[in-house]
Amino acid sequence: MQIKVNGEHYESHAVSVAELTRHLRLNLGQIAIERNREIVPRSRYAEVMLVAGDEIEIVRFIGGG
Amino acid sequence: MTVQDPFILAGKAYQSRLLVGTGKYKSLQETKDAIEASGAEIVTVALRRMNLTNKDEGSIQNIIESGKYTLLPNSAGCYSVEEAVRTLRLARELGGWTLVKLEVIGDQKTLYPDVEQTLKAAEILVKEGFQVMAYSSDDPIAAKKLEDIGCVAVMPLAAPIGSGLGILNPLNIRLIAETLKVPVLVDAGVGTASDACLAMELGCAGVLLNTALSSAQNPVLMAQAMKNAVISGRQAFKAGRMPRREMAVASSPEIGKISSS
Repeated sequence: MQIKVNGEHYESHAVSVAELTRHLRLNLGQIAIERNREIVPRSRYAEVMLVAGDEIEIVRFIGGG
Repeated sequence: MTVQDPFILAGKAYQSRLLVGTGKYKSLQETKDAIEASGAEIVTVALRRMNLTNKDEGSIQNIIESGKYTLLPNSAGCYSVEEAVRTLRLARELGGWTLVKLEVIGDQKTLYPDVEQTLKAAEILVKEGFQVMAYSSDDPIAAKKLEDIGCVAVMPLAAPIGSGLGILNPLNIRLIAETLKVPVLVDAGVGTASDACLAMELGCAGVLLNTALSSAQNPVLMAQAMKNAVISGRQAFKAGRMPRREMAVASSPEIGKISSS
């Protein structure tokens, strides 16, 4: 299904947020995720399901002042 | 310091009064070396989208998450209440901590804080349980309002972000430091060691800087200089400077000079 990840089109074979993080090989300790502008708590990655058209934001810390 | 003089921020005691950013260094190694040399215990970080095509591209957490530092997420680059609050909520989810640096920028040319938006964002964040360190203009009234809202620290600028111009309005910085009960830190515009020292002599509780280190010819050496400057300025403030006089006052006694009759 087509979703958007960080503003880019993404063909997702994942059904949950947890699966998406596995497909993208993300280090869970270093990211935070929003689905359609709502934060998905790390503890809920497995239960939050993806739907076509979802807009996902995956963020991490970088250097800054 | 020889005198026990901890920096108390949001109920926690720190030894170092120098806080540093982690942006704009040539490499992660240089970032790490400069931070270490600065002696800082609190370091700021920014929150940005993960680069999904190059996930290994140095996560700042790889070099600084050793339990040694308190990470202070910022809302740098946010121009509205909504953007800033959204960013800091994500930062809290990511790190699990509530201490954040709030900045809501007014325009790209000056990067001056939009005080009206900052006040609104601070109010929301404080209500949600965040411990807000607010980046502010050097306006004593704005600074007081940020304290009244419940910010744990107020951080007036010395000069525009990244300008290195030093403290443009020492009078206001001193006034803010004297008036507020929460720690006041100079944030932004510090260029060299004497600027950091002056901030502390004016009574600030600390200094936050980034570009002064990352854009120095030798960031590690400048980090050491800043560390010493902040300690010196703090000691001078605590010691209480001598009064200024218009005319000279001799340091050596007049009596007993060999030329006297």
